[in-house]
Amino acid sequence: MNARIDKAVNGLSDWITERTPGLAPFLRKHLTEYYAPKNFNFWYFFGSLAILVFANQIITGIFLTMYYKPSAAEAFASVEYIMRDVEWGWLIRYMHSTGASLFFVVVYLHMFRAMLYGSYQKPRELVWVLGMLIFLVLMAEAFLGYVLPWGQMSYWGAAVIINLFSALPVIGPDLVIWIRGDYLVSDATLTRFFALHVVALPLVLLLLIVLHLGALHEVGSNNPDGIDIKKHKDEKGRPLDGIPFHPYYTVKDIFGAGVFLILAAFIVFFAPTFGDLFLEFDNFNEANPLVTPQHIKPVWYFTPYYAMLRAVPSTLGGVLVMGGAVMIFFLLPWLDRSKVRSYRYRGWFSKMMLALFVVSFVVLGWLGLQPGSELQTLIARICTIYYFAFFFTMPFWTALDNTKPVPERVTSHA
Amino acid sequence: MANEGVNNGRRRFLTTSTAVVGGVGVATAAYAFLSSWKPSARAQSAGAPVEVDISRLDTQPGARLTVQWRGKPVWIFRRTEAQLAVLPGLAERLADPDSENADQTPAFARNLARSIKPDIGVLVGICTHLGCSPMYVPELQPQAFDSEWQGGFFCPCHNSRFDIAGRVFAGVPAPSNLPVPPHHFDPDNPNLVIIGIAPEEVA
Amino acid sequence: MLKSRLFAVLLACVPALAAAAGKVEMLDAPIDVHDRASLQRGAGLYMNYCAACHSLQFMRYSRLGEDLGLSVEQVEQLIIKGNAKIGDTMITGMSKEDGTAWFSKAPPDLSTTVRGKKGQEDWVYTFLRSFYVDESRPMGWNNTVLSGASMPNVLWELQGIQRATIEPMGEDGCPVAQVGGNCITGFVIQEHERGRMTPAEFDRAILDLTAFLTYVAEPARLQREALGVWVILFLSFFTLLAWLMKREYWKDVH
Repeated sequence: MNARIDKAVNGLSDWITERTPGLAPFLRKHLTEYYAPKNFNFWYFFGSLAILVFANQIITGIFLTMYYKPSAAEAFASVEYIMRDVEWGWLIRYMHSTGASLFFVVVYLHMFRAMLYGSYQKPRELVWVLGMLIFLVLMAEAFLGYVLPWGQMSYWGAAVIINLFSALPVIGPDLVIWIRGDYLVSDATLTRFFALHVVALPLVLLLLIVLHLGALHEVGSNNPDGIDIKKHKDEKGRPLDGIPFHPYYTVKDIFGAGVFLILAAFIVFFAPTFGDLFLEFDNFNEANPLVTPQHIKPVWYFTPYYAMLRAVPSTLGGVLVMGGAVMIFFLLPWLDRSKVRSYRYRGWFSKMMLALFVVSFVVLGWLGLQPGSELQTLIARICTIYYFAFFFTMPFWTALDNTKPVPERVTSHA
Repeated sequence: MANEGVNNGRRRFLTTSTAVVGGVGVATAAYAFLSSWKPSARAQSAGAPVEVDISRLDTQPGARLTVQWRGKPVWIFRRTEAQLAVLPGLAERLADPDSENADQTPAFARNLARSIKPDIGVLVGICTHLGCSPMYVPELQPQAFDSEWQGGFFCPCHNSRFDIAGRVFAGVPAPSNLPVPPHHFDPDNPNLVIIGIAPEEVA
Repeated sequence: MLKSRLFAVLLACVPALAAAAGKVEMLDAPIDVHDRASLQRGAGLYMNYCAACHSLQFMRYSRLGEDLGLSVEQVEQLIIKGNAKIGDTMITGMSKEDGTAWFSKAPPDLSTTVRGKKGQEDWVYTFLRSFYVDESRPMGWNNTVLSGASMPNVLWELQGIQRATIEPMGEDGCPVAQVGGNCITGFVIQEHERGRMTPAEFDRAILDLTAFLTYVAEPARLQREALGVWVILFLSFFTLLAWLMKREYWKDVH
């Protein structure tokens, strides 16, 4: 019996190979013979977790689209319909809303890994740029998605953010009407946001992710020591410090996914609003154009940038600073002049600068959630100035830094 | 590279069991997602049984009530003694005189009049050909479409004909009898028909 | 230009609005949505005192029956008023137009109210207990949690006629709530204006009503926590197997 099954499977395999001869080499190139450094640590889980969350958003999103009604008149009620009348609708909804926030947790940690180990440095600048494009599209996707439930925060968050564009000189006011399709945020805005969120941006995201992985595989992965494993190869041309991605990292990533899913399940089943952070209370009130909420704030993953926006006295200035804060990340590969990739081998000054950057980003994030006060504005300004200083001064302190000698072969637990 | 002392048996066991457990998880999640396709509480509410008070049929002889159940028109009407008397004689002209097609006639309605009470007709008013709504022609008089008309329903779209029990005539485009929907009479109130629940399902 | 000014105004409003709200002490509402008896009592109170004006447009009678352990007959007899069918949603008979005409603001739908307030169930609990007599209001009642509320104190028969003790604001701010330049320092119900319930009974009633409205805001809550336990147990088992598998394969690596 086993021999029969083997024969059948081999027969099928041969049939496919005859017709797609490139398939097996492709699988070898990207899985079983893609040599990744063997010293990946905790920070290296987040790429595969990002794929997992993306898949979750697509699948739960498809099912939500089956029951959601994209009109101003029916949207809010259709979400309640999903939560109450559709069998297991509440689970699909919570998986989608939790996944959206976890997407940003994973992506921020994934980006931080790149900063920590210099993964954006040559020859991986393109990987970084593509990743930044994914981040931009992801922010747009999340913003559009949050408008769809048509709660108070959906509506007013959209109103405020779209209004930002009116600050642009000359084209501003007309641009805003064009974006909205109306003189105020309305049904016209909702329906186009729906199309972008469900179809257009997911396709763009998918394309960018494929390119991102493709670009990575062209040059190979970095590692916590920041050294090039391709420098030392065995007689067969395989990196001495590399291991095939499959089965070693597929197996490790499955374990990582398990741990992640447990944490996600805690949130989905026990704390889906996550203390007002993942699902804001005012979004349980239907959008009312006549009643402005006391406290309009974006979802937590936008708050660092929101805090910067508020810190700047002028509207246009705030918009430029906020936009600049995201865009400046694109320049990282060229601002960083360090000869050493990984912060493990950089000097104390660099480590301090990076640590302070993390602190100011987190502080800005917290400030963006608060209603605001004079003291908070002052702190936000200090943090914003530091944020930009980190980047603008980087060419200097990275070039002058006292780096430590970098090992020839990878280490684990340095 | 690889240590040659690899315990393949253990590997296969762990891989298989992880895959199986993972598969169970995926299947359970898939079950939940696919279950969401079942009629929602809203659909069930809209598709709920309809209660009809037929006392009006006494005051208006020849009247026909039409109610909507699950998006379909359901006719409720009285049949006279004269109309019931002609039913056996029509058998040769009908395609399914004994209502053998179970799709159209549930067990409780497998009788001559295709109903619980012979004098009350309950039928789904959709022509079994292409879905038009047949006309109600209860008079036992010759008609333009049938010189030997003994009462029933005539569909103007493609000329299908049904007798007063909803049985389809032979040689017309419609292939089957008009469906009898699940229904029963309220035990406490003979004037109340509940469309949507068959007699055997009454709790 | 108008748009950017509008935007600047919006931004400026934010701290101003926050300041104007005024702090009101929220009472802690120790509800238990898993206490079926509490939910049943709350449902009864709701139908008697609230349903005449307020809708629960997203809540179906049938779901209520299932979750509260009531049969269809019990729901039809004890809960449904009027001609509604078991699968219908719990809409009030009062139209929006009438509500606006009578109260100047139509009584809002309460399906998601508990989740839509920052204080969640604490807000509703505190609100229901914080009515006080105010001759200046059209209905004769005001509320410390929602100043200027159009809603009368429908529970006055149970609670009694609650009055507020108002004193000038001192150094320490206001213990209960601020009204203009004065403080409400407490509530009092006089001997001859007592309600049908003792304070303890009334507390219990409000707790039940709050629990009921909390349940209505998210009926799925009754299942999701119990299910979550099983899901996490299963995932832990899966993760354990995955870890063992990982460890086994990684024996290869140096």
